[in-house]
Amino acid sequence: MGIGRIAIVGTGHAGVQAAASLRQDGFEGELFLIGEETDLPYHKPPLSKTFLKDDVPQLQLLRPEDFYARNRVELLSGRCVSAIDPAGKRLEFTHGGVLSFDRLVLATGARPRLPAVPGTDLEGVLALRNRADGLALRAALPAAGDVVVVGGGFIGMELASTFAALGRSVAVLEAAPRILGRAVSPLISDHLADRAVASGIRILTGTGLAAIAGEAGRVRRITTGDGQSLPAQLVVIGIGVEPNVELAAAAGLAFSNGIAVDAAFRTSAPDIYAVGDVASYEHWLAGRVLRLESVQNATDQARSAAAHLLGRPAPFRAVPWFWSDQGDARLQMVGLAYDPDRDVVRGDPQSGAFSVFRYRGDRLLSIETVNRPSDHMLGRKLLAAGIAPPIAMVRDAGADLRSLLEGEPKTSARAAVVSS
Amino acid sequence: MTTIVFIQPDGTRREVDAKAGESGMQAAVRAGVDGIVGECGGACMCATCHVQVSEADDARIGPREAIEEEMLESVLDDVSPASRLSCQIKLRPDLEGLVLNVVEVV
Ligand SMILES: Cc1cc2nc3c(=O)[nH]c(=O)nc-3n(C[C@H](O)[C@H](O)[C@H](O)COP(=O)(O)OP(=O)(O)OC[C@H]3O[C@@H](n4cnc5c(N)ncnc54)[C@H](O)[C@@H]3O)c2cc1C
Ligand code: FES
Repeated sequence: MGIGRIAIVGTGHAGVQAAASLRQDGFEGELFLIGEETDLPYHKPPLSKTFLKDDVPQLQLLRPEDFYARNRVELLSGRCVSAIDPAGKRLEFTHGGVLSFDRLVLATGARPRLPAVPGTDLEGVLALRNRADGLALRAALPAAGDVVVVGGGFIGMELASTFAALGRSVAVLEAAPRILGRAVSPLISDHLADRAVASGIRILTGTGLAAIAGEAGRVRRITTGDGQSLPAQLVVIGIGVEPNVELAAAAGLAFSNGIAVDAAFRTSAPDIYAVGDVASYEHWLAGRVLRLESVQNATDQARSAAAHLLGRPAPFRAVPWFWSDQGDARLQMVGLAYDPDRDVVRGDPQSGAFSVFRYRGDRLLSIETVNRPSDHMLGRKLLAAGIAPPIAMVRDAGADLRSLLEGEPKTSARAAVVSS
Repeated sequence: MTTIVFIQPDGTRREVDAKAGESGMQAAVRAGVDGIVGECGGACMCATCHVQVSEADDARIGPREAIEEEMLESVLDDVSPASRLSCQIKLRPDLEGLVLNVVEVV
């Protein structure tokens, strides 16, 4: 029996790709794409990169304006879904109205976590997830000579470099012993920290945020866990995100650090799927349940979920990749490094361009590169093909690692990039 | 403003007025040019903005940066000298009349 109507909740990278893929894969029924944001769906990564620097802030649209009408996607912007009834196959909107569905895709993403300290409600304390946040940051910048970034993760470090480039005095607070500690190898973390410090950013590690203080409702300073006091006219919170699971939880869907889905992106409720930042699943490459936060993960999952939903399942074998721009350092990552026991460096960190190949035993887990795009692209193919270069070869700057891919099918190159 | 031309594999032409500072990919997505997806938003990470250009236009655009070169080499079985990633082409006024041939990638 054909599917009459599919509803997608969330108009981020995952929701929009799901809509596009459903149409591309031949779905002919009604397609609703629902999101609480009022803008046409747009790219999030530039928000912490170019959006703050451009003279006129431009949103970069995910799809052309006429894409939705052309593809018969009923885009309901500015509409928040307040409840799901899995048994009755209906959803409810915050400001009234219901919509029935045959299949539902949850792509509700994540939102910034806020620290449990006094003062987060002061004016000038911001977090960054969407356009409104980006505009608020821009508006706050002119009056902010001193900026404190709470959290040395990707978004925190990107923002810190942007603020420094805009001539602000910037301090980053990181509770862990190093920035980006959970995400990258110690070598890359140290290298990026050195670069940040060289560009004038102060990094305080091993200490968290204790309190934010203000006057007349506006932020003035912060206090660190170890008692230091720093001036701040702008405080940006970047301590990570939490998945938007409330809808799913209230509907009784199973979750573990995100909405739990199986290999076909099905939740515990029949005919309800979840993809993107909100979904947790057993990753084929890592062999464990996890939730990834990246554009690649959102779009590749959405493509795969659309295929499964239309009864054309293909095993999900996309290789995860990610990037981050921090000043003049372009970090690129491919693979997932769980429990690495060996990091092998290729190239010379002093030169500002090098890579770290991370291994567990003789298995290649991931490659992290700084300003070395060729190693990154090679890594996508190696990981897709399950090939681990011998360590001696990685260390030997003269060895051509591409020779390891000889005999691999040509199509693997493209599949590693545009897995459709 | 710079006017550029996109040509589809079937020969269909489409003129697009690019805004100052826009990339070829951004202009294409804004105007809804088929075959230019721009999945990574111009970060040189996805190659879904691949186009081909004439030798003369290639010279006008200027040399590829390493990241564009590497991405092209990695995704194409056969990188022709005419291949470019349109997200890396900043549309300056002197690129008026630039012709970008859409290559089917996806
Ligand atoms: C500043 C910033 C920089 C980033 N940089 C990078 C980068 O360089 N590289 C990279 O790979 N990734 C980056 N990311 C992460 C990437 O943007 C996310 O992984 C991606 O957006 C996830 O897509 P998604 O569709 O799952 O969620 P989202 O993009 O968060 O979209 C979810 C949407 O659902 C809506 N929604 C939620 N609940 C409801 C509801 N009940 N009703 C209606 N609508 C609802 C939300 O408003 C939101 O629009 C960055 C993120 C940010 C914020
Ligand atoms: S838009 Fe992704 S490489 Fe050009």
